[in-house]
Amino acid sequence: MRRRQFIKGSALAAGSFLAMPAILRAQTAVEFSFFFPVAVGGPITKLIDKFAQDFEAENAGIKVKPIYAGTYQETIVKALTAHKAGTPPATSVLLSTDMFTMIDEGAVVAIDEFVKTDDDKKWLASFFPAFMLNSQTGGKTWGIPFQRSTVVLYWNKELFKEAGLDPEKAPSNWNEQIEFAQKLTKRDASGNVTQWGLQVPSSGFPYWLFQGFSTQAGAILANQEGNKTNYDAPEVIEALQYWVDLSQKHKVHPTGVVEWGTTPRAFFDRKCAMMWTTTGNLTNVRNNAKFPFGVAMLPAGKRRGSPTGGGNFYISSKVPREQQEAAFKFARWITSSERAAQWCVDTGYVAVRPDSFDTPVLKSYTDGFPQALVARDQLPHAVAELSTYDNQRVTKALNDGLQAALTGTKQPAQALKDAQAEADRLLKPYQRG
Amino acid sequence: MGDQRIRGWINAWLLLLPAMALLALFTHWPAFATIIDSFFSTPRARRPSVFVGPDNYQQMLADPIFWQALTNNFWFAIGTIPASIALALLMAVWVNDRFPGRTFVRMAFFTPTVLPMIAVANIWLFFYTPELGLLEQIRSALGGRAHNWLGSRDTALAAVTIVAVWKEAGFFMIFYLAALQAIPPNLAEAASLEGASRWYFFRRVQLPLLMPTTLFVLVNAVINAFRMVDHIFVLTRGGPDNATTLLLFHIYTVGFGFWDTGYAAALTVVLLLALAALALIQYGVLERRIHYR
Repeated sequence: MRRRQFIKGSALAAGSFLAMPAILRAQTAVEFSFFFPVAVGGPITKLIDKFAQDFEAENAGIKVKPIYAGTYQETIVKALTAHKAGTPPATSVLLSTDMFTMIDEGAVVAIDEFVKTDDDKKWLASFFPAFMLNSQTGGKTWGIPFQRSTVVLYWNKELFKEAGLDPEKAPSNWNEQIEFAQKLTKRDASGNVTQWGLQVPSSGFPYWLFQGFSTQAGAILANQEGNKTNYDAPEVIEALQYWVDLSQKHKVHPTGVVEWGTTPRAFFDRKCAMMWTTTGNLTNVRNNAKFPFGVAMLPAGKRRGSPTGGGNFYISSKVPREQQEAAFKFARWITSSERAAQWCVDTGYVAVRPDSFDTPVLKSYTDGFPQALVARDQLPHAVAELSTYDNQRVTKALNDGLQAALTGTKQPAQALKDAQAEADRLLKPYQRG
Repeated sequence: MGDQRIRGWINAWLLLLPAMALLALFTHWPAFATIIDSFFSTPRARRPSVFVGPDNYQQMLADPIFWQALTNNFWFAIGTIPASIALALLMAVWVNDRFPGRTFVRMAFFTPTVLPMIAVANIWLFFYTPELGLLEQIRSALGGRAHNWLGSRDTALAAVTIVAVWKEAGFFMIFYLAALQAIPPNLAEAASLEGASRWYFFRRVQLPLLMPTTLFVLVNAVINAFRMVDHIFVLTRGGPDNATTLLLFHIYTVGFGFWDTGYAAALTVVLLLALAALALIQYGVLERRIHYR
């Protein structure tokens, strides 16, 4: 056995030696590297490697080197550090909200430069408009939507039934949300809550969940140019007041900051009957909830609303033209209708184009699991995830304000006024011309 | 004779060279470069870095999060240093005695040190979770009001401090244990002949002989009080509203979240100075009072 392997190995070595001229020819082939993060469960690395192999098989002369780079935060740290050192990967998948940061650092080129044929233009127009909001600014496209998500409401049908509610009907507006949550909140003899009506996480990046409330109240948190925020608009204050009231006035929502990571666990353990979280948790909930559950659009205030989230492809400005072209070709290939559908089925991300939902692979998936369609149906109501220049700092101003209000240190109006003042100060340099 | 001396000299320098080169390359040069960078603005694509003098330091004075981080770090240090050292000493004295299952207890005490911080922080996250966490389950068995430990401003810092003490104490215990075992047994025999109580023996014999170890442990504990931030990333990400933001966490956020490298350099210089000052005090003042054999 061993000997045979040895012989086989030698034969391969000899074969590759004989194939030298072919390899020399292939050296004119383009090779590019590609940074990607892993932010959800599942065999993401394997899936990406498979995509890369298939792409290489279909495109002789291009070699893709996918490199797993950690979380989103670690990936942008690595990509930008490599950019500053002069050796960035040709393409990376980074948060769509990193767009202004990447532009500001001069680290990316506009996608439009590579869109030449009518076919290319058709492809660029094929994405959900909601996902393009975070991918375009100043009349140019900077990111290609890839692994995108949005916030939805999950509810426990068993607990709904116990509380005398229709288990097939989620709250459709703000008043119903409070009313349902009141029926779903249970207390023990000493007054401690054993089951919350609703849980909306507020640790780490509370602004994202808050954008659900603020959009429903009719506000848009930042302009499309990314240099002005509206943190203290009356609608935004109203939205934060509603969130604070859920716990402080109506007492149907845990007090203080609610941890993002443990919220699904609380839902599985019947400690909360409804939760807001990402569509990216769909597969997780499907595998771990020991009860029938529903997925719904977020309840409406003045309107329905939810932010989008997730990652886009960016193309680096500091690599040779042929690498950029190859990277573009790869990103275009991987976001074709069928592959976007496959990616959606494998990971739980929302397929980035409407026509993916007509493909056989996604159709058969959603036929058996209609909950997966809610994200798509909500997209017409979705807005851009909060993103500005100096993004993380401007966002942190809001995060701090939100947490201050939720922990009761500041009144909502005051918290948002402070956040807006800080954002104004930070964005001033970007407001001239 | 002289020849030989020079050769020995060259030998010594050659032996020191690799370590010195590494130290210079990865410690001294970055520290020096950080000091220089702290006087320059952050380079951006359209605005190259320029000399700004003390601007970054002035920004620091006006940065409320910096002050908050400094205050938090002060309380974090006060919370972790004495508690972890005292706990380490207590555990070491206990497992230094002979009793059945001693190896098991030693191992149990040392386990937190071996586990990666990110992993244990994820476990602690569930301990602290309202309603379903371990802490809340104990509380509900005993009665009393429910509490969101990591989610409210008054308890979040204490909660992350406890994780740090738990993580550190076992590590320091090992040093104390080694030092206790190096104390000659005839001292204990002499003390028991004289009829000294256990407490007296500990206070007058063991504790003074442990002082060099205590200094070493203290230096490490102080450094760790400024260095341990891994668990913050998992438990609170600095929240709620910066209640658990420590200095190093703030530096990371400014440097790799905001990409404001100039300001991050200035913050780093402050951290370096603080650590240098503390080290000077520890070695300069305390060392003179310590009895070395």
